Amino acid sequence: MKGGSWNFTLCSPRLSEGCLLMKYALKRAAAGLATMLIVSFLTYAAFDLISDAATAMLGTSATPERIAALRAELGLDRPLLLRYGGWLLGFFTGDLGVSQSYRQPVWDLIAPKAGLTLCLSLLSFILITAVSIPLGLLTAGRRRFEGARTALNQLGMAVPPFFTGILLSWVFGVGLKWFTPGQFPEAGTDPAGAAVYLLFAAVALSIPRIAMTARMLRGTVREELERDYVRTAISRGNDRSQVLRRHVLKNALPPVVTFLAQTMAELVAGSIVVEQVFVIPGLGRMLVTSIAGRDYPVVQAIVVILAFWVVLAGTAADVTNARIDPRLRLGGAA
Amino acid sequence: MKTRKLLGLLLALGLLSAALCGCGGGSTGQTAESKPTDGSTSTEAQAPADTQPTEAHPNEITVGIAQDLDESLDPHKAVAAGTKEVMFNVFEGLVKPTPEGDLIPAVAEKYEVSDDQLVYTFTIRDGIKFHNGEPVTAGDVVNSITRCIEPYEADVLAVEPLSAVEKVTGVDERTVQIRLKEPNTEFLAYLTLAILPAEYDGQDTAPVGTGPFRFVSRAAQDNIVLERFEDYWGEKAYLDKVTYKIIENADSILMSLQSGAVDLFAHLTSTQTAQLGDGFNIEEGTMNLVQAMYLNNAVAPFDDVRVRQALCYAVDRQQILDLAFDGYGSLIGSSMYPAFGKYFDDSLTNHYPHDVEKARALLAEAGYPDGFDMTITVPSNYQPHIDTAQVIVEQLKQAGVRAEIQLVEWATWLSDVYAGRQFQATVVGVDASTMTARALLERFTSTAGNNFINYDNPEYDAFFQEAVSAADDAAQTAAYKQALANLTENAANVYIQDLADLVAVRKGLTGVRFYPIYVLDLSGLRWTD
Amino acid sequence: MRKRNGFLTAGLILTGLLAALILLGFFWTPWDPNAMAAGPKFEGPSLAHWMGTDNFGRDIFSRVLKGAGATASIALATLAIGVVCGCLVGALTGYFGGPVDEILMRLNDALTAFPSILLALVVISILEPGKKINVILALGLVFIPSFARVSRTAFASLRDVNHIKSARLMGAPAARILAVHMLPNTLPVLLPALTIGFNNAVLAEASMSFLGIGVTPPDASLGYMLSEAQGMLFAAPWYAAGTGLVIVLMVFSVGLIGEGLRRRDRGVL
Repeated sequence: MKGGSWNFTLCSPRLSEGCLLMKYALKRAAAGLATMLIVSFLTYAAFDLISDAATAMLGTSATPERIAALRAELGLDRPLLLRYGGWLLGFFTGDLGVSQSYRQPVWDLIAPKAGLTLCLSLLSFILITAVSIPLGLLTAGRRRFEGARTALNQLGMAVPPFFTGILLSWVFGVGLKWFTPGQFPEAGTDPAGAAVYLLFAAVALSIPRIAMTARMLRGTVREELERDYVRTAISRGNDRSQVLRRHVLKNALPPVVTFLAQTMAELVAGSIVVEQVFVIPGLGRMLVTSIAGRDYPVVQAIVVILAFWVVLAGTAADVTNARIDPRLRLGGAA
Repeated sequence: MKTRKLLGLLLALGLLSAALCGCGGGSTGQTAESKPTDGSTSTEAQAPADTQPTEAHPNEITVGIAQDLDESLDPHKAVAAGTKEVMFNVFEGLVKPTPEGDLIPAVAEKYEVSDDQLVYTFTIRDGIKFHNGEPVTAGDVVNSITRCIEPYEADVLAVEPLSAVEKVTGVDERTVQIRLKEPNTEFLAYLTLAILPAEYDGQDTAPVGTGPFRFVSRAAQDNIVLERFEDYWGEKAYLDKVTYKIIENADSILMSLQSGAVDLFAHLTSTQTAQLGDGFNIEEGTMNLVQAMYLNNAVAPFDDVRVRQALCYAVDRQQILDLAFDGYGSLIGSSMYPAFGKYFDDSLTNHYPHDVEKARALLAEAGYPDGFDMTITVPSNYQPHIDTAQVIVEQLKQAGVRAEIQLVEWATWLSDVYAGRQFQATVVGVDASTMTARALLERFTSTAGNNFINYDNPEYDAFFQEAVSAADDAAQTAAYKQALANLTENAANVYIQDLADLVAVRKGLTGVRFYPIYVLDLSGLRWTD
Repeated sequence: MRKRNGFLTAGLILTGLLAALILLGFFWTPWDPNAMAAGPKFEGPSLAHWMGTDNFGRDIFSRVLKGAGATASIALATLAIGVVCGCLVGALTGYFGGPVDEILMRLNDALTAFPSILLALVVISILEPGKKINVILALGLVFIPSFARVSRTAFASLRDVNHIKSARLMGAPAARILAVHMLPNTLPVLLPALTIGFNNAVLAEASMSFLGIGVTPPDASLGYMLSEAQGMLFAAPWYAAGTGLVIVLMVFSVGLIGEGLRRRDRGVL
C-alpha cells in the first residue's frame, strides 16, 4: 500500500513502463515479505509449542523450581507474540539464540554452513538453466526418436538425487578417485577441490530437474510454434530462428521461469538430502541432525532461512516474468 | 526503456551479490570462529603455525571420529563418551589414569592420605599452567571440585561419590586439603575430575585445561582442532597438531582412510578393517563397554526372573560375535569387562550357555508356553548395537519370543529409556566414567537415580554397600565380585560382550595406547619414519 | 481412429509386473528376508541370491521386495490422505467460490511454493520422527495443497457446464452434484495428477527414510535400506544398486503411465 502511493507521486500520470514494473516489483516484494512473516511466525509458533527449552537445558537435574526459574530467565513466560517479536528482532540482528546442544550462538554455528548450501543450490541452478534451456529448445522442433527421448526424460525424473549421489561417489570417487566422497575439502585451503566436490553434488541434485525443465520448455515452445502467428510469420519468409527468438521465447518462457523459481525452492530442499549423501557440512545436514537431536533453536533458524530463500526466489521469478511479458504486470499479483 | 534495463541489472546484481555474500560469508564465518578461541587460549605460548601440508610428513595427524561433539565442551557438563574421549587430551585432574589402570599424580605433584583415610592433602605441581597461561592455584582446584559436589550452575553434572566430601580447603597457594565424611578406598579415582581455571567462563565452547593438548577450534559437524601445549608440565606431546575430522558415514570412513585424508580411526568394525589394505596397521583393544540387552526389571514379563533367565539361555552370544562382529569381541557374563582384571570374574561368563530347550522350559514355567511379544529399543546412531539387536531378534524367535526392534534417536533414547525408564528391553553399551567398579555397579542399587533397568534386589544393595564402605582393598574386591555374581544369577540383563576396539593406524604412525576407560590418548602418537 | 498409446501400455505393463512382485512379496519371498546366514556374507549376485547378500548374509532380493512393499504402501496411504482431503477442499472451494476460496487458495499458493521435503521435515519433527504413522501423516499433509489446487481448477471449470447447471436448477443437493455429476468428469485431470503424486510420495518417503527420520526398522523401506547400503558401498555395491534400481523402476513405470494419460488426453502419441 505504502509503496504504491509513494510510487504514484514520483511517476508521471502517464505511468511509464518502467514505473509500472517498479510498482509491480514493489507489490510482489510486499507480498513476499508478508509470506515470510507468516512462514516465520508459523515456524516459530510450531516449535515453540513443542520445545521445552528450560527442561531440555536442565536435563536430569530438572526440578519444578529450577525449571520455573530458568523459564523466567530465558523469558519463556512472556506471551507468544512478544517472544516472536523478540526472536524476529534477533533474527535480523544476527542473534538467533543459543544452540541447545552445542551451547554456541546459533548464528555462529550456521553462518559458515549457509554459504555452503547457498553455493550448492546456486551451482545446481546454473547447471539446470545452462543445460535444460538449450536442451529444451533444441529438441522442441524435432520429432525424431520422440519415444526414446520421452522415456529417457521420464527416467531422468525417476532417479532420486541420493541414488545418483551414491552412483557418482562409486564411479568418480571410489573408482576414478576424482574426489574423496565424505571428505569435503576445506574451502579456504583448497577452493578448487571444494568446487569439484560441490559440482558432483550439484550434478546429482540437478538431473531430475534438468529433465523436468527441458520437458516443460519443449512443451511450451511447441505450443507456441503451432500458433497461427508463428506459422504466418514463417510462411511469410521470416527467418525461423529469429521468429523463435523474438516471439516464441517471449511467450514460452514465463511458465518456465516460474518453474525455475520453484526449482530454486526444491533445490534448497534437495540439498538437504544430497548434503547427507556427500557429507557436506551445510545447512541441510545441520537441519537433519538438529531435528534428530531436538535442537529446536537451530531447526527454527534454518527453516526460516530456507523459507526466506524460497520466497526470495519466487519473488525474483515473478518480477523477471513481468519484465519478459508486460501483460503480467497489469494483471497484478494474480 | 532505460529504467527497465537498469532494474534488470539491479536485480541481477542483487542476486549475484546475495549469492557472493553467502559464499564469502562462509569463509569469513569460519575464520571468525577460530580466531577468538585462538586468542583466548594462547596468550603466551604461540606455537609456530607454519606447518605446511606440502611437507612429506608434517608433524600433525588427522583423526577420524564418527560422532560430532555436539554438546557443551565443559568437562563438567559433557555427557557423551565421544566428547570425553577427545577432551581427555585437553583436561587433567589432580590425578590421571594410566594405560595399566593405575592412577598417577597430574595436576598434583604428590598427595598424602592420613592414617584414618579421611584427609587427602594434595600439593599442586610447581609452575603448572593452564592453556591460557594462567598458573594453576589452590583456588582453581577448590573451585573445580566444589562445582561438582553440589552443582549450583545449570547443566553441571553432580559427581555422586563426591558427596562423601565434607570440606575442600586451600591451605596455601599450592596445597589443597580434602576432608571426607567417611573413609572411601575408591575416592582417589574420582579426582581425575578436570581442574579448570576458576576465573574463566568460556568452557562451553572454548575449553581451557592443563592437558598435553590445547583446544583451538570446533566447527560443528566438521572438525575439532587441538595443538600441542608447549608449557605442559610433563613429557610434551610429539605431534604439533591434531585435527579431528567428523565422518559419520560408514563408507566415507573407509574412503577417507584410503585417500590419505585421515591417519587414524578408532572403533572400526571388522568388516571395515578387512577392506583397508596395506597402508594401515590394525591395533586391537577393547571398547571397555558392557554391551547387553538391558531389561526393564519392573515391567512384565521381565519382572519374572525365569523369563530373564530364559532370554539369557535363548541368546547365543558366540553367534552374535560371529555374525555381526566377525568373531571379534570378548564375551562377558555380568556388568564388568575384562580390562578391569581385578574385578572381572570369568566364571560368570558362561553361566548361561546357549540352550533353546531350557529357555522354552523356563518360559513355560513362567506362564509363557507360547512365548510373548516384546520391543527392543535401540539408539539409531550406533550400528554395532543395531546389528546385535538384529541377531538377537532372530535368536529369540527360536525360543518363541517375538521381538521387534524400535530404532530411536539418541536424544529420545536418553529421555524415554534412560531417564524415563519407558521401555522393555534395549541394547546399548554402558561404560565406566571413572576407573572404579563403583562407576559400573552403583547404577543397579535400588535407589540409584540412573538405575534405568529398575533393578531392585536387597541382597545386591547389601553387597554394594559392603564394598563401598570396605576398609581394605581385598574385602572391597570380594564384595564387588559378590555383587557381580548376584547380577548374573538373577539375570538382571542379557549380558553379551565387551566390543573389540579396532583402530586403523597409518603405517609409520606409532604410539597408540589403550586404556581401561573409553579414551584415545594422543600424547604418545608420533611419526617414526 | 484408434491410436496405440505406447507409453500407457508400457507403463501399465511395467507397473503391473512390479505391483505383482510387490504383492507376492507380502506373502512369499525366495528367502526369509530376516534370516541371517541365508548365504555367505557379502556375496555378489548369483542364481540363488539375485541381488546378493548383505553383512548378515541375508538375501537382499527378498529384503528389497519387502522394502518395496513398505515404500509402496506408505506412498499409497500418503496419496489417499492427500487426494481425499485435497479433493474435498478443492471441490468445495471450486464449486462455491467466495472469500473462503480466495483465502484458502492464497494459503495454498504459499504452501505449494514451499519445498515439500522441508515442509514434511518440519511436520515430522513436530510429530516426532521414526514412526510410520507420523511419516504418512506428515507426507499426506504436505500433499493436500497440490491436489486441492488441481481439483479446484477442475471443479471450477465444470461449474458452469450446461448439464451441471440444469442439475442445479432442478434442485439437486450440492453434495449429489459434486459427487455424481462432477467428480467423474474431473478424472481426466486427476488421474495424471495421481501418478505424479504417487511418484512424489515414493521419492519423498525414500528421502526421509534415507535421512533417518522417516521409517526405521522393523518397517525398513527402500530409503532406509539405501542409506544402509551406502555404508557397505565397498563390500557390497550390489546392495545399493539393487535397492536404488527398484526405486527408479517404480517411479519410472508409474511416470510412463502418467505420460501416456496426458498424451491420450491431448490426442497425441
